[in-house]
Amino acid sequence: MTMMRTLLGAATATALTAGAGLAEPALIFDLGGKFDKSFNESAYMGAERWAEETGGEYLEIEMQSEAQREQALRRFAEAGANPIITTGFAFSDPIAQVAPDYPDTDFVTIDGYVDAPNVLTIGFAEHQGSYLVGVLAAMASEGDTVGFIGGMDVPLIRKFACGYAQGVKAVNPDATVISNMTGTTPAAWNDPVTGSELTRAQIGQGADVIYAAAGGTGVGILQTAADEDILSIGVDSNQNYLHPGQVLTSMTKRVDNAVYDVMMSGDDLETGTVQILGLADDGVGYAVDEYNEEMITEEMAARVEEAKANIISGDVEVHDYTSDDSCPDLSF
Amino acid sequence: MDVMPRWADVILVPVISIILAFAISGLVILGIGENPWDALTTMVSGALGSTYGWGYTLYYATNFIFTGLCVAVAFHARLFNIGGEGQAALGGLGVALVCLAVPWPHWALALPAAILGGALFGAFWAAIPAWAQAWRGSHIVITTIMFNFIAAALLNYLLVNTLKPQGSMDPATARFPEGAHLPTLAEMLNPIGIPFSGAGPANVSFVIALLACLLVWVLIWRTRLGYEIRAYGHSEPAAVYAGISPRKIIMLTMMISGALAGLMAINNVMGEAERLVLNSVEGAGFIGIAVALMGRSHPLGVLLAAILFGFLYQGGAELALFTSIPRELIVVIQALVILFTGALDNMVRMPIEALFLRARDRRAAKASAEPPAGPEAKTEPAAR
Repeated sequence: MTMMRTLLGAATATALTAGAGLAEPALIFDLGGKFDKSFNESAYMGAERWAEETGGEYLEIEMQSEAQREQALRRFAEAGANPIITTGFAFSDPIAQVAPDYPDTDFVTIDGYVDAPNVLTIGFAEHQGSYLVGVLAAMASEGDTVGFIGGMDVPLIRKFACGYAQGVKAVNPDATVISNMTGTTPAAWNDPVTGSELTRAQIGQGADVIYAAAGGTGVGILQTAADEDILSIGVDSNQNYLHPGQVLTSMTKRVDNAVYDVMMSGDDLETGTVQILGLADDGVGYAVDEYNEEMITEEMAARVEEAKANIISGDVEVHDYTSDDSCPDLSF
Repeated sequence: MDVMPRWADVILVPVISIILAFAISGLVILGIGENPWDALTTMVSGALGSTYGWGYTLYYATNFIFTGLCVAVAFHARLFNIGGEGQAALGGLGVALVCLAVPWPHWALALPAAILGGALFGAFWAAIPAWAQAWRGSHIVITTIMFNFIAAALLNYLLVNTLKPQGSMDPATARFPEGAHLPTLAEMLNPIGIPFSGAGPANVSFVIALLACLLVWVLIWRTRLGYEIRAYGHSEPAAVYAGISPRKIIMLTMMISGALAGLMAINNVMGEAERLVLNSVEGAGFIGIAVALMGRSHPLGVLLAAILFGFLYQGGAELALFTSIPRELIVVIQALVILFTGALDNMVRMPIEALFLRARDRRAAKASAEPPAGPEAKTEPAAR
């Protein structure tokens, strides 16, 4: 990271025309910050893995305000960084503005969507992964009620909730899925206390498995679920280890792999396309490791693997909330 | 009466406070193993060293001028409006609705309409707590801060459920029509031969902000309403005795205050993002409190304090971009500036007051020690 200071001179001299082969990649983290124990941190892990394996270096910045998005994109592009990887849907619009001005720079948006020749859009089929953990939740539940706690109420999180509800209903059509969002401001991504309160409230309503898709808030949800002796489901990274034996599974979203692959491909990066990473290419999935393997019975494993195969083959179609802003099995 | 000359009150005390804040920030930077001098030069050159930097500094400053004025106006009536955040968010909604409602042919038509929309929505959001204060006695601090959360929830609901274009992941409105694009400072200055970097988002709203400063000054010190606001602020019983209606003053002051916060939206929503995004205000409403405190609720002070905070924001961004100083440290620097200029104001003020007092006493002592009282000696000080 010290090379950033050497960049200072380069950046003030406005444009540094670096040879494409020598360019460093740049990674821009969204407002949640690099160490959110979730989405951004996963991207960071991918970049670190690349740096470790190749000995390369990369530029990075964490956003502090909306106005910085375009600023950071332009500064990195002018400093010769290539490719420039961004995390979070909020980068769609700034990239759409900036990318045409730097045709020789490749931009990558993870979770966003930009239609431009030098932009690679990477999305995840979170609804499919959530469907699978929904199947597991319904089978692990002793009653008829399971819970979902989201972070901020945005379409992306509704996509998680909707996939989860469909998975639950596929196993037990009579099941009730209680859904709550932590808040309406970005603080909702990092509010373990409210997460804990919501967990207690859902337990009060009979939930005995709770899926947390809430960034840093999830820490409080998983903790309270463990304290109250019910099961929880982690998100984004594999969080099974946080409370061994009490986290049923985690819905993994391999942002780290996506970042790693992009950095690895370097100049060969294919842009102008959309990559949706789903179950087939392990972009999303459910985590089984030594901390939870005893909780996943053979029956559960068989059922969830069957569901996975059916989704991959197309026999089962999981509805994506963001395709039409509605959900058949859950109302918001 | 006044212990210090006015220049010491408005310039010397804040400057010493800022220097102290920066000195302590320097120690913190030293503590985490970075070079404070490098950090300072990065901040100054990044924020003020180029028209690129100024483009961002003035953009942030424009936000803070509006929210600072919002707090300042209310403070003259001793109403502590902490709701600038929510009022600015609602202002954003007003501006967005205006911009999206009509395919505007030219910004010169869109801007007055957007100003009206932002101001009305901001004023409306301030009017409800004002009503609760004026008629029910609900404390304005509590109600305005609660209305910030209600505003956030309302905006979230509208953006996620109704205003968002279908299928978009981003909870934001569609882009405003081309005709609603406000000229940036570059687009305004370059044609008249002044080179200005086109990268920064500072736009014509900055000029509106300067106008707002002037109008607030006229309002507070040159109009009957301003006099009533100040009279009410100094003493409610005296104001009532003088025939000033507290309810009227509370309502009008808060609505003007809310309108000023709402006006911020022409800068961040219409000028920069050109669409309404979730969390568009980003704490500017709260920074406005610090700006008003630092600026002593005077429009000129607010302007200078807003530029200082604009500098901190943009300089902080440069630090994050080009050094390995973590972004949290920038928050520390900002917090220290607020702490020293706001909360610890008396720590600097009292020793300086004591200095001035001693200087005055010495002068007085010298005057009295001078030649025996004669007719000339007596008239001399008066002539001086």
